[in-house]
Amino acid sequence: MLNEASGIDAQSSPGGQQPAVKPDIIRIEGVHKWYGGFHVLKNLNLTVRQGEKIVICGPSGSGKSTFIRCINRLEEHQHGSIIVDDIELTDDVRQIDSVRRDVGMVFQHFNLFPHLTVLENCCLAPVWVKKIPRKEAESTAMEYLERVRIPDQANKYPGQLSGGQQQRVAIARALCMKPKIMLFDEPTSALDPEMIAEVLDVMIELAGSGMTMLCVTHEMGFAKTVADRVIFMDAGEIVEQAPPQEFFSNPKEPRAQKFLQQILQH
Amino acid sequence: MTDLSVMPPKKAIGPIQWMKRNLFSTWYNVVLTLVVAYLIVTSVGPLISWFFVDANFMGSDPKDCSGAGACWVFISQRLDFFIYGFYPGEQQWRVDLMFLLLAVAFVPQFIERFPGRKWLGLFGVVGLPVAGYILIPGGPFGLSEVESTKWGGLMLTLILAYIGIIASLPIGILLALGRRSEMPIIRGLCVVFIEVWRAVPLITVLFMASVMLPLFLPEGLNFEKLARALIGITLWQSAYMAEVIRGGLQAIPRGQYEAASALGLGYWRKMGLVVLPQALKLVIPGIVNTFISLFKDTTLVLIIGLLDILGTVQSTVTDPSWQNVAVEGYVFVAFCFWVFCFGISRYSQSLERKLDTGHKS
Amino acid sequence: MKKQAINARTYGVKPWYDPRVRSLVYQTLAIALVFWGGWVLVENTLSNMASRGISTGFGFLDETAGFGIIMHLVPYDATMSYGRTFWVGLANTLLVSCMGVIAATVLGFIIGVARLSSNWLIAKLALVYIEVIRNIPLLLQIFFWYFAVLSNLPSPRQSADLGSALFINNRGLYLPQPVPQEGFGLFIAGVVLAVFAVVWVAKWARKRQLATGERFPMVKVALAILVTVPFVAYVIAGDPLGWDVPALKGFNFKGGITVIPELAALWIALSLYTASFIAEIVRSGILSVSKGQTEAANALGLPNRLTLRLVVIPQSLRVIIPPLTSQYLNLVKNSSLATAIGYPDLVAVFMGTTLNQTGQAVEVVAMTMAVYLTISLLISLLMNLYNRAVAIKER
Repeated sequence: MLNEASGIDAQSSPGGQQPAVKPDIIRIEGVHKWYGGFHVLKNLNLTVRQGEKIVICGPSGSGKSTFIRCINRLEEHQHGSIIVDDIELTDDVRQIDSVRRDVGMVFQHFNLFPHLTVLENCCLAPVWVKKIPRKEAESTAMEYLERVRIPDQANKYPGQLSGGQQQRVAIARALCMKPKIMLFDEPTSALDPEMIAEVLDVMIELAGSGMTMLCVTHEMGFAKTVADRVIFMDAGEIVEQAPPQEFFSNPKEPRAQKFLQQILQH
Repeated sequence: MTDLSVMPPKKAIGPIQWMKRNLFSTWYNVVLTLVVAYLIVTSVGPLISWFFVDANFMGSDPKDCSGAGACWVFISQRLDFFIYGFYPGEQQWRVDLMFLLLAVAFVPQFIERFPGRKWLGLFGVVGLPVAGYILIPGGPFGLSEVESTKWGGLMLTLILAYIGIIASLPIGILLALGRRSEMPIIRGLCVVFIEVWRAVPLITVLFMASVMLPLFLPEGLNFEKLARALIGITLWQSAYMAEVIRGGLQAIPRGQYEAASALGLGYWRKMGLVVLPQALKLVIPGIVNTFISLFKDTTLVLIIGLLDILGTVQSTVTDPSWQNVAVEGYVFVAFCFWVFCFGISRYSQSLERKLDTGHKS
Repeated sequence: MKKQAINARTYGVKPWYDPRVRSLVYQTLAIALVFWGGWVLVENTLSNMASRGISTGFGFLDETAGFGIIMHLVPYDATMSYGRTFWVGLANTLLVSCMGVIAATVLGFIIGVARLSSNWLIAKLALVYIEVIRNIPLLLQIFFWYFAVLSNLPSPRQSADLGSALFINNRGLYLPQPVPQEGFGLFIAGVVLAVFAVVWVAKWARKRQLATGERFPMVKVALAILVTVPFVAYVIAGDPLGWDVPALKGFNFKGGITVIPELAALWIALSLYTASFIAEIVRSGILSVSKGQTEAANALGLPNRLTLRLVVIPQSLRVIIPPLTSQYLNLVKNSSLATAIGYPDLVAVFMGTTLNQTGQAVEVVAMTMAVYLTISLLISLLMNLYNRAVAIKER
């Protein structure tokens, strides 16, 4: 079912069967971050290969959102290096802008622009940043809106859509920039339960198309189906990383065991 | 490798680094900073020397002022008039007592955890008007009577603002309830009353109170000028008060109304016991803000011939025995108003922030 | 239990306990009270006016006013009617209000943005301005400008001379008045042509931007067109504008345009005062756009400049405009403080002098209040239309 749903470029098969041949797309080395005196991120190291799907989980306040936001520099790291697609994130505005062009992000609270229609939301960045002609941007946008299954809502305003629909628009908006990497920051935690599935379906489909994905989420079912690796964070550190089967059936670290117990109780 | 487990790397932000970041970050910031700094430097010097260095503080008559700087002698000589108007000197302790009571009632409101703060506030709203009604005009308890035409200065300003706000509160509550009533005629009347008063400038209201009120009343019944002004101010202010309180009523979630109804409370009990206590607490900052603007607006009474603090100063700066003291007089009044308004507005801002965090889930 | 319920139904509801009956009674009472109050007021007023020998009705509007007004935009002299004084006052009120609204808006937006500037000195200066100006009564500020600043200017004979055509003294500001001469039409045509050209270029640039994504330096080009085309037309027409330069004759200047100090003081004070409130509105409007919006725009790769223009400003304008219009309304109402320094606005002329001379308080006050009520209703009508337009987009 997943394979059938795959979309844009079918250059890689889903599930990460032959990840070894793919080049690295993100390299994070020794990253530290402080909020004032509070040490949020402690010595993070992570390498992501192209097409890899990574799920980051952990208790709240463990720094996972901060970590993922460092990758497109919505947060500034103070030590270490983050290299995305061969560009290092420094204070240089041009480098930051070019990284952001290649990295799409989906937020917990959607952050759609309420004063623009769904279609205008999707076309804004392609037209103004990539300087794509309006017509072309619109047809691309419609393509992606069809993929997230809401082409009929294109001329409505975000306020007129349900949460699940808004989040799907947000995914389409990010995809319109044809990013190489997609970041998801708890995309389903602000949604009503009945809407979570529709968003996850879209994300699973996207994973099937070979997109590199980093996803902060508590949806363990999603992690089991899609992820190549699960990263468990606690207190600003990466405590454990393992393939999902291993992580869920046999977690090594006591902190991870405790977390899984709590989360799977329900 | 430095030990990164404990402390963030010290980003040395010295004064030069700070200035580079906050004053000279781009070329236009450099230009702006230099121009503004030049203007400040060239204007602050003369101002300081006018205010302090060349100014005259000591003395008793116009000859003690050199004219090179501010003539503060003028203020200190006429201070009595600016504060009490024509209130007779030997009776001024009564006004001072009221100032003291006012301070006792309201200054603790700025200090959290002051013992009995709420009771003092209640006294300020209920007891103070009674005390003032006895003390200021006199009459009972062998206090000699002082006519309202002799009141003036800061004292009159405070009386106008204080009575305006206290008297408009109950009327404003009724109007706000009326505007949210389900009875169309009551609602319509309240809407018309509120919108008409809010649309017209205070000056027209004061003119109306001083010119038309005597025509409205049956012959023989008449008020003093001050009372007429107070009636006008109160009616005008109650319209603004109603809008502030309506905001509070709207902020109370429907569930509260429904829960009160479900408990079997009638309309007045529902409003009085459940809704209004919550709504009024929410709108305290709004009430404080309307008080600030009313306080500033009381200066308008000088146009209908009452001597508030600006009126007393305005009438003395034109006094030929003092030459060119207008700026000193205005600076003095401005300073009085500024201290009051700035202090109170800071208080209301801190209150707003507190209420804000209290209401977020 | 059941029995009680049946009982309640069989007995029916006593009228006094029926909320509908109650509300009917309350409302009838309210109406009766209002009518009774109104009747008493009218009765009292009529008998009072009769005993004081004041006539009623609007007949006085046709009588000769017999007093002069120092500034009038509509033709006026003392032989004209009281009705004319109403229009003179209204025009003066509208003049100072419009001037004030324009200046306060420009100043308020500048200061509001300066308050959020990354430049520490500018931000602090804006803060000081706002906190000082808005906590001092407007009337005091008007007095300050009128009595302390403008009346301390030199007398006409020692006028400050700004470039030999502009004079400032304690009687006012004297500006040369442009007098169009032959060929001036060509210059006007040049201006109109330039405006049309700019509109056309803007449309073309927008179309091209939508079609190809190319951007066009619109501001620079527009400025260039607006300056050069009228200038060329002016030169071709051979300097078609004469100037009526004010000159000292006797004790004061004659000719040119005179801005009386009353107008200047009122305008300066109103603009500075209202600007401090507008600045706060602008600041909080910009801050009201949530951080998520700028983050989302940044994450899409929009640079800060474009984020501000495409995402932040359009959203903050919706927050800014409603309180902004209520500030405009306040400014119009505050312009009535003109009375205190003798600027001949509606209140000073009509509610002041005319009322004093005719004694017809009810008619005069009613007319004056009706003017402010109309202005306020007009502005809130526009506001509601705007809000509705915005609301449709939202939901």
